Amino acid sequence: MSDVVEPGLAGRPQGHGEAHGPHDAHGSQGTFRSYMTGFVLSVILTAIPFWLVMGNVLDDTRTTGIIIMALAAVQIVVHMIYFLHMNTKSEGGWTFLALLFTLILVVITLVGSIWVMYHLDQNMMQMPPHEALQKP
Amino acid sequence: MHEMTPPPGATAPVFYEQEEHAHGDGGTLFGFWIYLMGDSLIFAVLFACFGVLGRNYAAGPSGADLFDLRLVAINTTLLLLSSITYGFAMLEMDKEKTRTTLIWLAITGLLGAAFLAIELYEFAHLIHEGATPQRSAFLSSFFTLVGTHGLHVTFGIIWLVTLMVQVRLRGLIMANKRRLMCLSMFWHFLDVVWIGVFTFVYLMGVMR
Repeated sequence: MSDVVEPGLAGRPQGHGEAHGPHDAHGSQGTFRSYMTGFVLSVILTAIPFWLVMGNVLDDTRTTGIIIMALAAVQIVVHMIYFLHMNTKSEGGWTFLALLFTLILVVITLVGSIWVMYHLDQNMMQMPPHEALQKP
Repeated sequence: MHEMTPPPGATAPVFYEQEEHAHGDGGTLFGFWIYLMGDSLIFAVLFACFGVLGRNYAAGPSGADLFDLRLVAINTTLLLLSSITYGFAMLEMDKEKTRTTLIWLAITGLLGAAFLAIELYEFAHLIHEGATPQRSAFLSSFFTLVGTHGLHVTFGIIWLVTLMVQVRLRGLIMANKRRLMCLSMFWHFLDVVWIGVFTFVYLMGVMR
C-alpha cells in the first residue's frame, strides 16, 4: 500500500475512509450490528413463508404463492444489502450496474421462458398423463 | 505501470493510475462479482427450466407427494446460520484475529457440511422411492437445479477448507484476506440462490 496522499485527483472512485468506515481499504465493510440486522430480518422473512405453507394458514394457494414470492424478493434484497454489502457506490457504481444488468437478463429469462412455454403448453393437444407415458 | 513524470511544479511523482491503490485488490473483488453475476445467469436458466417443466409429472409423484418441508426448514436454517457465522469470521478477520477467524470459518464449514448431508439424504431418499431424475420432466429439472446448488456448496466447502489451511500456514496476509472476501461473496450468494430454491421449488411445489 502506498501512503502517498494526493487529494482531488480525477478518476478516483472513492476515498480510503469513505465507504469503509473505521476499516482500511481491505475491510469487509460489515459491522456486527449490520450482520445481526440482516440475520434477524432473514429469520423473520424465512419463518413467515414456512409458517404460511406448513400451517396452511391461508385457504387460497394463489394468495399464499404471491405472498411468499414477495417475501423471497424482499429477503434477497436484505441479503444483498447486509451480507453482500451491495451499494450504489462501490467500484464507482460498476458493481451496481453489473447487478442491474444481470437482473434485467434474469427477468427476461424467467418471465420470457415461463410466459412463452405456458402459451405453448396451452396450444398442445390435450393428453392425459397415462397416455403421454405410452408415447415414444 | 505508473508514469514517473511529475507535473510542472510538483516535488513528488503523482500517480494518475489510482485503481490499484484505491482498492488494493487489483480489481479481484469486482472481477469475482462479475463471475457471480454470470453464475446467477446459470441459476436463472435452471429456474426458468424448472418453472416450465415443474408441473410435468408424467403421471409420477409431484412435489406435494415427495417434499418433506421439515427437512427443507432445517436446511434453510443451517444455510442462514452459516451465512452469519461467515460474517462473524469476516469481522474477526478485520480485527486481525487469526484464531477466532479460523474457529468461525470451521463452524461455517460444519454448517455447510450438515446442509450437504441433509440434501444428500433427501436425494437418496427420493431415488430410493423411485423418484429418480429419469422419472419425469419435473424431477429432471428439480435434480438439476437443486443439484447444481448443492455442487456449488460442495465447492464452497472445498474452497473454505483450502483457505483455512492457507490462513493457518501464512496467517491473515493481504492475499488471504482477499481470498476470504471472495469466498464471502460466494457463500452469501449461495444463500441468496437458496432463497429462490426453497420458495420457488419447495414451498410452491408443496402447494400445487
